Amino acid sequence: MKVAITSLESSLDSQIDATFGRCQYFIIIDTDSMEFEAIKNPSLSASQGVGIQSAQLIAGKNISALITGNCGPNAFNVLNQSGIEVITGASGKVSQVIEDFKNGNLKSSELPNVGGHFGAGQGGGRGGGRGRWRM
Amino acid sequence: MKIAIASGKGGTGKTTIALNLASVLASSAIRTTYVDCDVEEPNGHIFLNPEIEKSKNVAIPVPLIDFTKCTLCGKCSEICEFNAIAVTPKTVVVFKDMCHGCGGCFHVCPVNAISEIDNIIGIIEIGKSGDINFMQGKLDIGKAFSPPIIRELKRNIPSDDVTILDSPPGTSCPVIEAISDSDYIILITEPTPFGVNDLKLSVEMVRQLEIPFGILINRSDIGDDEVIRYCKKEQLDIILQIPDDREIAVAYSHGKLAVDEIPKYIDDFKNLFEKIHKAVQD
Repeated sequence: MKVAITSLESSLDSQIDATFGRCQYFIIIDTDSMEFEAIKNPSLSASQGVGIQSAQLIAGKNISALITGNCGPNAFNVLNQSGIEVITGASGKVSQVIEDFKNGNLKSSELPNVGGHFGAGQGGGRGGGRGRWRM
Repeated sequence: MKIAIASGKGGTGKTTIALNLASVLASSAIRTTYVDCDVEEPNGHIFLNPEIEKSKNVAIPVPLIDFTKCTLCGKCSEICEFNAIAVTPKTVVVFKDMCHGCGGCFHVCPVNAISEIDNIIGIIEIGKSGDINFMQGKLDIGKAFSPPIIRELKRNIPSDDVTILDSPPGTSCPVIEAISDSDYIILITEPTPFGVNDLKLSVEMVRQLEIPFGILINRSDIGDDEVIRYCKKEQLDIILQIPDDREIAVAYSHGKLAVDEIPKYIDDFKNLFEKIHKAVQD
């Protein structure tokens, strides 16, 4: 099974990147063979629609699930409609999270867990404001 | 004649100046239209209490995907500068509120799977307040961009009137849309470091538009003289200075115009119009 994991660096020893759209790396891994590729996020400096772009990028890798910290509504929408399971709230080391996933210890999210522009940091600009945490 | 009122900084008094000028002109039997182009937060109506006679929705064309034709080739997504379309191996997802209505996706679709549907982003309203013709635009909450509403406002301006365009603050697209084909631009500033900084940005913008402009210094007796020094250095025309007058603030706080409450300002605005009129004719 192929899954995508957001990561701060390009190896399985790295820490999970808690943001989705503006994460540093996407690690695409086959959980059976443990073969993986690390993709440097090309959308880091884009001004808007980063979640959408990132979702489109990883959906194109034919993954079955995304494991990340936070996922906003637009990205969630793209992934959800593409039949990709979204798992939020993950943290720690990438390799450990994959183990947890394989052992069935991670639960998929029914809804985005943060509002729009959550991980945008400074310079996100006007707008957004669709609420913060949705529990 | 179209006179646009702009400023880099918010809160310098664009609406106050625009309305006072409109009121003085209308009282002088000049046919006057006030247009509130600050469609994200129009507030000129608070002072004018206009009677709205006409209103019209403003929509932009957004894509509708025909999934019986779509091959998921991804060309529509590639051309979209605003990431308003995502194409994945399974589906296409359109984010209509991020779409700027450019039409690029309709054109690049090789199988004609995209048609246009209207996405209403706001409204324009036309009415009257005494002798002043009133127009304003309102961007719907949650919609991302305002220039189409400002464009629609400008399409409906009566051609013979002296039109006062009350611009949104800043130097970005909505401002350019509001002021770009006016005959004269009043740049409002205040004598503070913030005022000077944002005036410099505004001057750069207006110079590129090649439209005659002048500087109005509001609350001219506060702060420092950096604005004056800057205007001298750049040889900018200071067309009016209005002091930080408590009486203006009191009138404002009651939703009243300075020229209606404090007659001594009427001449200032008449002279201001004379100067602009002359500058436009030169």
